[in-house]
Amino acid sequence: MNNIPQLPVSSWIDKFVDWLASFEGFFNAVTNFIGGIINGFQWIFDLLPIWLFMLLVVGCTYWLNRKTKHWTLIGFEIVGLLYIWNQGFWRDMTQTLTLVLTSSLIALVIGVPLGIWMGKSKVFETINKPILDFMQTMPAFVYLIPAVAFFGIGMVPGVIASVIFAMPPTIRMTNLGIRQVPADLIEAADSYGSTSWQKLFKVQLPLAKSTLMAGVNQSMMLSLSMVVIASMIGAMGLGNKVYFAVGRNDAGGGFAAGLAIVILAIILDRITQAINRSKIPKS
Amino acid sequence: MTAKLEVRHLTKIFGRRIPRAEELLKAGKSKAEILKSAGATVGVNDANFEVNDGEIFVIMGLSGSGKSTMIRMINRLIEPTSGEVLIDGENLTSLNKKQLLDVRRNKMSMVFQNFALFPNRTIIDNTAYGLEIKGVDKDERLKKSHDALELVGLHGYDNQYPTQLSGGMQQRVGLARALANNSEILLMDEAFSALDPLNRKDMQDELLDLQENLHKTIVFISHDLNEALRIGDRIMIMKDGEIVQTGTPEEILTQPADDYVERFIEDVDRTKVLTASNVMIRPTFVNIDKDGPRIAMRRMVENEISSVYVVNNKREFIGVVDASHVMSLIKKKERKLDSVIQKNVPTTSPDTPITDIMDTISSTPIPYAVVDDQNHLLGIIIRGAVLGAISGNEVGEDE
Repeated sequence: MNNIPQLPVSSWIDKFVDWLASFEGFFNAVTNFIGGIINGFQWIFDLLPIWLFMLLVVGCTYWLNRKTKHWTLIGFEIVGLLYIWNQGFWRDMTQTLTLVLTSSLIALVIGVPLGIWMGKSKVFETINKPILDFMQTMPAFVYLIPAVAFFGIGMVPGVIASVIFAMPPTIRMTNLGIRQVPADLIEAADSYGSTSWQKLFKVQLPLAKSTLMAGVNQSMMLSLSMVVIASMIGAMGLGNKVYFAVGRNDAGGGFAAGLAIVILAIILDRITQAINRSKIPKS
Repeated sequence: MTAKLEVRHLTKIFGRRIPRAEELLKAGKSKAEILKSAGATVGVNDANFEVNDGEIFVIMGLSGSGKSTMIRMINRLIEPTSGEVLIDGENLTSLNKKQLLDVRRNKMSMVFQNFALFPNRTIIDNTAYGLEIKGVDKDERLKKSHDALELVGLHGYDNQYPTQLSGGMQQRVGLARALANNSEILLMDEAFSALDPLNRKDMQDELLDLQENLHKTIVFISHDLNEALRIGDRIMIMKDGEIVQTGTPEEILTQPADDYVERFIEDVDRTKVLTASNVMIRPTFVNIDKDGPRIAMRRMVENEISSVYVVNNKREFIGVVDASHVMSLIKKKERKLDSVIQKNVPTTSPDTPITDIMDTISSTPIPYAVVDDQNHLLGIIIRGAVLGAISGNEVGEDE
């Protein structure tokens, strides 16, 4: 065994990363673009007074669940947000929310078209499946290293790492949703002379919507799970508080911030699930 | 009659080694042999038929007979391996993508077995689908769709969703969606097979009613021979991807092409299909203007019957006389039959289904007289012939 030389995998990847780094202009453009989105979200959240923010969250929940009236959920949201404010985590919470929303948005914009392509092409699906497996199973920390190399430190590389880690469910579920549309509906659409685009927008996407949205919900939860990891490369927010608490062996502070992440996660999860709830009556 | 739709040498082979399979097929190998040596399945083999303008053409066969493949090749939901499909003389198989879309949008509409309504669209939006993708503007397409829904008897469901409707109503929507498009050809793929028997019968009646006014060219797929016989102007029976027989319902019933068709028609409720003209026999009759009691008596003795039908010089039906009455006339030395003619004889037209006259046949002793529009006596129906026809034995004078 000793005679077989070690494969220089790490040096290959280093070379590849160095080669990529030569596209500095491109990466700067991406950094500026994502930075712009982040600043936009952050600007809005900084502008909103706490009471208005709470009102928006509660109002949104009430409106989305107007048939069922989830009073316990609304009560939880009020208490939860008051807790975050009371602990002095408000700005951290909005930073985390910015990170999550930005990466979910990017995952949606990139993931849905890729998912549709996979849903329509067997070849593309076969190529992509192992790549998606790779993206999801590679330890998320590893993404931090090239992210820093290309995008420096701060929120932007945090978003990039989150997108890579969180995007697969959106792609997978879009693909699944498109493929789940019953064959006779596709035949019906074809038999009346639909073009591919008409078929996609009038039949496939509307019917794939709930599966697709379940994927978006998953992506959002995964990117939330990245916030602590992203804080290691300078992303601000609740994750940062947890990361510092780990460094100082501060169990109390760690849990206080961790609880705030849990509250944010539950609110985001319930709201996206409510958006997804179907309008069409069941038989 | 002109052919609206023509199918020439249409063949579909599923699988990978299609050229090899085609060679084997040309060499006359069976389906099983081709599957074994080329790994390809023959869906439809060299089908040739024509569908006339304004007729209901039923393609019949059991599952696996290739009927679904056939109907899908007509609008190219399945690409034929070889052969031609002509609509109004235009060959569909040579059209490019855009021309094909045009044909699908304007020339034919399809109705599906499991309705295939879009669950995310309301009834009216489902009905308007074909018009919507053609780019018809909203007001017009809603109006046309509303009219189509009225036509199939659905009022006030416009804003419901398909899941809120029963199966029969959903298929009415399916039919309305096809009618709204106003295309000349309807392709109906087992359209009523998923419905319960009563609903199915209603829908068949409805289709026949609609057809009286609309005169569409309808290709209807079915695995139910009773349905085929009920609605079909002509029926094509398929087996293992090949056409076994094409003909009118009567031809199928009276002259089955082979054992396969014969086995098929064994279970048919013949009373609904056979008409008076199928079961009537040649009557024994006398001419009132020329024949007297003695001739009448001789006819009865010759034919070993106890009554004889009476017509005039123009062969117009007048009535019936029976042996005992004629006998008394002979004794009285009368020369005319007029005084003893019974005129209360049931009559029927040749197109009447047997099922409609069954009751009278079983309750009156005098056979039915079958007369045409001018009251000419064509034949008579006796009980034995009816029973024979229902049980599947050959009847009638010609056979």
